[in-house]
Amino acid sequence: MKLTLKIWRQARGAAQGKLVDYKIDNVSEDMSFLEMLDQLNEELTAAGEEPVAFDSDCREGICGTCGVVINGTAHGRGNSPVPTTTCQLHMRSFHDGDTITIEPWKAKAFPVLKDLVVDRTALDRVIQAGGFISVNTGAAPDAHSLLAPKLQSDRAFDNATCIGCGACVAACPNASAMLFTSAKVTHLLNLPQGQPERFLRVKNMVGQHDAEGFGNCTNIGECSAVCPKGIQLESISTLNRDLVWSLFRKDGFTVA
Amino acid sequence: MFYDTVKGGDYRARETNVYRLASVSGNIIDQCVAQGVPFAREYGGLLDTRSFGGVQVQRTFYARGQTGQQLLIGAYQALERQVAAGTVQMFARHEMLELIVKNGVARGIVARDMVTGEVTPYTADAVVLATGGYGNVFFLSTNAMGCNVTAGWRAHRKGAYFGNPCYTQIHPTCIPVHGDNQSKLTLMSESLRNDGRIWVPKKAEDCSKDPRQIPEEDRDYYLERIYPSFGNLVPRDIASRQAKNMCDEGRGVGPVIKEVDADGQEHEVRRGVYLDFSDAISRLGKAGVEAKYGNLFDMYKQITAEDPYEVPMRIYPAVHYTMGGVWVDYDLETTIPGLFVAGEANFSDHGANRLGASALMQGLADGYFVLPNTINDYLADHHDGKLPDNDPAVVEAVNATKAQIDRLLSIKGSRTVDSFHKELGHIMWEYCGMARSEEGLKKAVGMIRELKKEFWRDVNVTGVAEDLNQTLERAGRLVDFFELGELMCIDALHRRESCGGHFRVEYQTEEGEAMRHDDEFAYVAAWEYAGEGGKPILHKEPLVYKAIELKQRSYK
Ligand SMILES: Cc1cc2nc3c(=O)[nH]c(=O)nc-3n(C[C@H](O)[C@H](O)[C@H](O)COP(=O)(O)OP(=O)(O)OC[C@H]3O[C@@H](n4cnc5c(N)ncnc54)[C@H](O)[C@@H]3O)c2cc1C
Ligand code: SF4
Ligand code: FES
Repeated sequence: MKLTLKIWRQARGAAQGKLVDYKIDNVSEDMSFLEMLDQLNEELTAAGEEPVAFDSDCREGICGTCGVVINGTAHGRGNSPVPTTTCQLHMRSFHDGDTITIEPWKAKAFPVLKDLVVDRTALDRVIQAGGFISVNTGAAPDAHSLLAPKLQSDRAFDNATCIGCGACVAACPNASAMLFTSAKVTHLLNLPQGQPERFLRVKNMVGQHDAEGFGNCTNIGECSAVCPKGIQLESISTLNRDLVWSLFRKDGFTVA
Repeated sequence: MFYDTVKGGDYRARETNVYRLASVSGNIIDQCVAQGVPFAREYGGLLDTRSFGGVQVQRTFYARGQTGQQLLIGAYQALERQVAAGTVQMFARHEMLELIVKNGVARGIVARDMVTGEVTPYTADAVVLATGGYGNVFFLSTNAMGCNVTAGWRAHRKGAYFGNPCYTQIHPTCIPVHGDNQSKLTLMSESLRNDGRIWVPKKAEDCSKDPRQIPEEDRDYYLERIYPSFGNLVPRDIASRQAKNMCDEGRGVGPVIKEVDADGQEHEVRRGVYLDFSDAISRLGKAGVEAKYGNLFDMYKQITAEDPYEVPMRIYPAVHYTMGGVWVDYDLETTIPGLFVAGEANFSDHGANRLGASALMQGLADGYFVLPNTINDYLADHHDGKLPDNDPAVVEAVNATKAQIDRLLSIKGSRTVDSFHKELGHIMWEYCGMARSEEGLKKAVGMIRELKKEFWRDVNVTGVAEDLNQTLERAGRLVDFFELGELMCIDALHRRESCGGHFRVEYQTEEGEAMRHDDEFAYVAAWEYAGEGGKPILHKEPLVYKAIELKQRSYK
């Protein structure tokens, strides 16, 4: 198929970028979206132009490196029933003659480094504020000494699948990272190991979230609609509940 | 597990290392659980286990189809905690391009900031590399796009021996290649072999049919037939080789592709076998299968546009893991004092083939339980601190790094970096992949040398050094892949036996199984770098088995 691409080009250090048009031909429907961009880059290089910078690593939807906004939707929306990452989007979701607009995540907390590449280390700093369990190596008790109810453990797992891609932020009109933060909080609060630091964790992570310049959550739900891992809005309610509780509790006191 | 791992590695692993790995494996699970890794639980709240390739007992802890990813997230969270505590400083988007060695001792690295292009030396008392495997020397593999050998190879060039470079793992359950523009291959978790049954049509003329139309009696469940006791759960190397054999026999399935073989003959084959869940669906119900493998099935459908609940999956082997790597001793120290290598980047524990689930176990064992002890031991006698930037060893390493960057950018030839990488990948897959021969390997060495020359003459690296320049990053990695690829072929050529993932067509039993030569080759091949264009020097570390008796592997 033949396509017209409108791609955001922004030089490193530049305050602004702009959409540039490219034509591409011989795109097969079995190709992934990023393979289509690889092909464009091969053609640009052959023509002596600088290729488009974009991030990707695993190319199978598990590392969270690759997101871009495609035709206005974070990660794009293919014909798959569930949202996917950009790297899992295939060209069979598009048609011959389509025009596709490709832009980077746009959020104050995610500065553009070049073209489609953004700096997402703000999410790392949210984790640093408390997205862990304080256990030193070698000090762990026997794994079987802690029983974890299966259903809660499954809920922890559902939230642990968050890959930190940042699509929720890109989709949110407020550029809030609340879905990401709540996935981490909900993962850990559903495990027995996560209880001791539960309230301190939520306070600190939300504090860091705000300090990074992410916006507030106003329950719009765009985040969950694009999340490739199906993290639910319910996780944000869980976070809010614990955040409120945390105001009345010192850390170390668990919920009755 | 000790025994399974030695056997699975086809008796080419260091026995003491495997013993240690097996001993600390329980602590690893404890550690990960404590960190908050949500392993699967039974209703009673205890951890659940299942079986995995190459093993007959259920002893693998798991987290749905993404155990590896969850272990990684656990380690990542623990790391971020240390960053917050100020004990670790993180340099995201930095790439190590050179090792600093002074008086024969590793004293630091040179790294390039991948955003600004700045090249900076970082010196220290000791250096640890945990830079992963080198599967992408084949261009197509299940590894991430960033996978490369540069850190290990730079260390090799500075004197670290490279162990068993030819031992590569080809994973049996991947989605087949679809075309020339493909950038990577997708692994379908090995756990699928627990419930899926692998087959090809008995008759070549059935290969183009809809698999649902092929009656039971015309299907060849070849793994169950050849290996009745392990069936679909044979180790990866065996499952992969048999899939290749079936396709070579003309019984592969999927689209017809044209291939050119070693003597230049073109022929048509189908590269795929079925992985069928219809039995599992009738046994567990669709919902049961979905609960176990739902995310994998979705992923398959997304990539191939076929519904695996209705039609059997098509799979084919792909490069997945490299057992070879920088040679290290029991303390994970290389032949350069002060340089330690952990995880997939070293050669240590898997011999000629790795069992499922043990890569992360080894990586975590190295990082959590081995290095903290051995490095401390080293540091007790070595604490010279940082070197000044004008130290000759530092200046030499920085200048060498900058010189290579400038050289790459100055060629301005006509071919793209990826076109060279793909060509290298084809050579490696064809001659140093699942079946290797003396003739093919010799040819490959010549081809790689030619290709490397052409690269330095005609590659086009666009952009400038002081920028985020992904073409430059890839070009630098490819330079090292050329040299590694050549050494892999030389290693494969010298090992005149078959073992695990290394299959030399000249050395097989009548039934087509790998034939080892323990009298001659029960050693680790540790190669020393002999300068640009020099002939690598072989050092042999004998493998002595005290607890386990050497046997031919049998999974029948
Ligand atoms: C698709 C897939 C599924 C897998 N599933 C499993 C599984 O279920 N169980 C299991 O046990 N194993 C599994 N494996 C294997 C296992 O994941 C790897 O062997 C393991 O992750 C290796 O860990 P590592 O820390 O040694 O290296 P990696 O995880 O590869 O990390 C290396 C890091 O070093 C960085 N790096 C590389 N070079 C440089 C440089 N020059 N400078 C700076 N940084 C550098 C890389 O960017 C990367 O971040 C799987 C592998 C793949 C590809
Ligand atoms: S919550 Fe979903 S969209 Fe947000 S970072 Fe995690 S995986 Fe990505
Ligand atoms: S490249 Fe890893 S999620 Fe897309």
